[in-house]
Amino acid sequence: MFQCKTVWNKMAPLARASSTLCRQSGKREVLRHVRRPVLAHQALMSSGATGGGMENTLYVLLVGATCLGGGVFVYRTLSRDKARYDDRLSDISSRWSEQREQGPAQAEPQQGAADPSITESVVKEVSPEASETAFKVPTLEVATEAPAVEAPVTGARITGTCLTDAESADPSSLGESAEPGLAAWQNVTESASDPPPASAMSPVEPALPEVPEHAPYLLIGGGTASFAAARSIRARDPGARVLIVTDEADLPYMRPPLSKELWFSDDPSVTETLRFKQWNGKERSIYFQPPSFYVSPRELQTVENGGVAVLMDRKVTHMDVRGSKVKLSDGTEISYDKCLIATGGVPRNLQVIERAGEEVKKRTTLFRKIEDFRALEKVSRELKSITIIGGGFLGSELACALGRRSADLGLEVVQMFPEKGNMGKVLPEYLSNWTTEKVKKEGVTVLTDAVVKNVSYKDGKVQIRMKDGRVVKTDHVVAAVGLEPNVELARSAGLEVDSDFGGYRVNAELQARANIWVAGDAACFYDIKLGRRRVEHHDHAVVSGRLAGENMTGADKPYWHQSMFWSDLGPDVGYEAIGIVDSNLPTVGVFTKATAKDTPRAVTELSGTGIRSESETEAVAGAVAGAVAGAAGAPAPPPQQKEDYGKGVIFYLRDKVVVGIVLWNVFNRMPIARKIIKDGEEHADLNEVAKLFNIHDD
Amino acid sequence: RFYCKDRIIFVTKEDHEAPSNAELVEDDPNDPYEDHGLILPSGEINWNCPCLGGMASGPCGQQFKEAFSCFHYSTEEVKGSECIEHFRGMQECMQKYPELYPQEDENESGPSGGDDTAPAEPSNTDAASVPDSSVDEVTVAGTENAATS
Repeated sequence: MFQCKTVWNKMAPLARASSTLCRQSGKREVLRHVRRPVLAHQALMSSGATGGGMENTLYVLLVGATCLGGGVFVYRTLSRDKARYDDRLSDISSRWSEQREQGPAQAEPQQGAADPSITESVVKEVSPEASETAFKVPTLEVATEAPAVEAPVTGARITGTCLTDAESADPSSLGESAEPGLAAWQNVTESASDPPPASAMSPVEPALPEVPEHAPYLLIGGGTASFAAARSIRARDPGARVLIVTDEADLPYMRPPLSKELWFSDDPSVTETLRFKQWNGKERSIYFQPPSFYVSPRELQTVENGGVAVLMDRKVTHMDVRGSKVKLSDGTEISYDKCLIATGGVPRNLQVIERAGEEVKKRTTLFRKIEDFRALEKVSRELKSITIIGGGFLGSELACALGRRSADLGLEVVQMFPEKGNMGKVLPEYLSNWTTEKVKKEGVTVLTDAVVKNVSYKDGKVQIRMKDGRVVKTDHVVAAVGLEPNVELARSAGLEVDSDFGGYRVNAELQARANIWVAGDAACFYDIKLGRRRVEHHDHAVVSGRLAGENMTGADKPYWHQSMFWSDLGPDVGYEAIGIVDSNLPTVGVFTKATAKDTPRAVTELSGTGIRSESETEAVAGAVAGAVAGAAGAPAPPPQQKEDYGKGVIFYLRDKVVVGIVLWNVFNRMPIARKIIKDGEEHADLNEVAKLFNIHDD
Repeated sequence: RFYCKDRIIFVTKEDHEAPSNAELVEDDPNDPYEDHGLILPSGEINWNCPCLGGMASGPCGQQFKEAFSCFHYSTEEVKGSECIEHFRGMQECMQKYPELYPQEDENESGPSGGDDTAPAEPSNTDAASVPDSSVDEVTVAGTENAATS
């Protein structure tokens, strides 16, 4: 207020002039009861009394042009709206008519009396406008529905449209007789219900459709989380009918061996059998269950005692939450009672590789699935040099696995990443450095502080140029730079996507919306102890899948049992971890010196298991074998490289509370670690807490 | 000693000899959120226990549940002696799926065949033969601690 006044005073000379004029003219005008007082400068309108003819014309032209433009805009908007409206109606009609595809029994309740007339009128309207493809599916479906339709007249009309589209584009050939129509329908039924490659024109029998039209439990995605949920549901709901829909061509399998155990196998047919021998000699397949465990999707609705069916090579493209149904890529619809989204993710790629052209992309692997393993295994035998970009779990494990083969195969293995050491984002710097040394010992050339600037294909080699000028020439590239969670269904299903962590946002009970749960890599969930997070580990997929399954059968339990993860970098370095393990957090590490008994190999041999998370299941916290006097590392501080971080526990702290623990070459202690995190207490002396782990025992 | 923000402590065996004075929070055995072992606090069987592997969820899950429930609630002198019919039904079912339930002789000894983990009912020796693949199924199930948390 005062500021205004001072400014006004400063401008006083100017202000006085204008304000006086203003006030004077204002007063005069007001006194004269004139509505709008004319302001000081008597700025004239261009077409005022003094304006010339020229200006007049211009003025008229401008206004005219504006009006015209406005009119055109309004017209276009209206016509676009009409087009959209028509499209929408055709969408609705197509969706509705697909619903009536399978069998009369199901069709009856969904068929309203008014519907046929709506459909056919819409169909008639839409047919001239809608595209061929948009219409083909609905008409096929509509055709199969025909036997169930009561009114022959309606049937005939629908027939007409069906035959129309199937045979010719003439929309007016109505009134075809029903008989040939029926035959056509039946043929069409067969081909509509079978997937395209297998369109056998078999004689009609009341065959069950290959894809069930309803699944009480629908699990989207066929990975670890989905399988764990299926098992959980079957355990808790007797006779449950569970349908897993996956876009892969494989039954559910576990991923960790793809970057570890499968590479250590001596069996030359490992890429076919996908069986791996664990350290203890026991062999198993990466598939959770052999094919005989599952029922076929065709029989799912009728088999006694229910079962788990896996529909492969199908992608769910659209989710209708209001109608509780999903649509597959081939147009089939499946309705559900409870749905789990466990779509995982797709590996990220580097932008420089995306832009680098076909030759480079042909020689790049984004590693995640069985087919990627098979391809890379072939490459490792045939080519001479492989470069791995990425220094996290996957990159380091693959580097170690390939490095071990490098001597036998004459293969050069290079690993490059922007961090200072392997697992730089997970382990504190001293351990990351130590790990890098171990990886190098496995035969890998490790390039740290390497930011890829440009990738090209030259002289038969892939050339990777880094920002600091270093160039690597290689035959094949593996990009292990992270995972992009698959949230394709978010839009159609109206699900929230988390902006910080990616993935679908769900609550502590893993629920996204009523009757929809999300588990595994794609779930950004609320962890009551540690806050909102998204975890991309195998055990988390198992734990969250199990929990989702429990909640889908009415348990309503929050995420409570903390999942763990592990990594083995060669036979001598292994660790297990739990909670938030982020190298940005302050850490406290308590170490001894490792003996030969503390390597991962030794541990699994003793406990008789292969996958690390299992050895935790069986052992109650405590000794696996007799105590071994581990010699302690002397506290004298020699230079870093000579420090031997053989065995120890590292605590990750957030606001003085332990939120993450890494057990470094210390095994079978996970229950204690889990307990410490669960307590969430502030401990004054972490050495005392470390004592709980008995790291000197074995 | 300090290493930027990461503290490192080296300890000898003697350093760790004295028992820890770190305080842990008392566990509530009836905590509804906790994963439980094979037997829930209410006395019922936890069919979702990882220790059972896929036994309760596979094609013969129904038969397994019947047989095992019968055994669990049995109060006979010889526990489970009245459940023979159920176990027979289960065996018949399992024979239909040899891939899932391989009939190996050395696994005649109990539900936790082979060298597996099930902390449940190790005394249940005669009743059922649980095959090796169930062992694999258990190992697949993940980390849930059957007995403790």
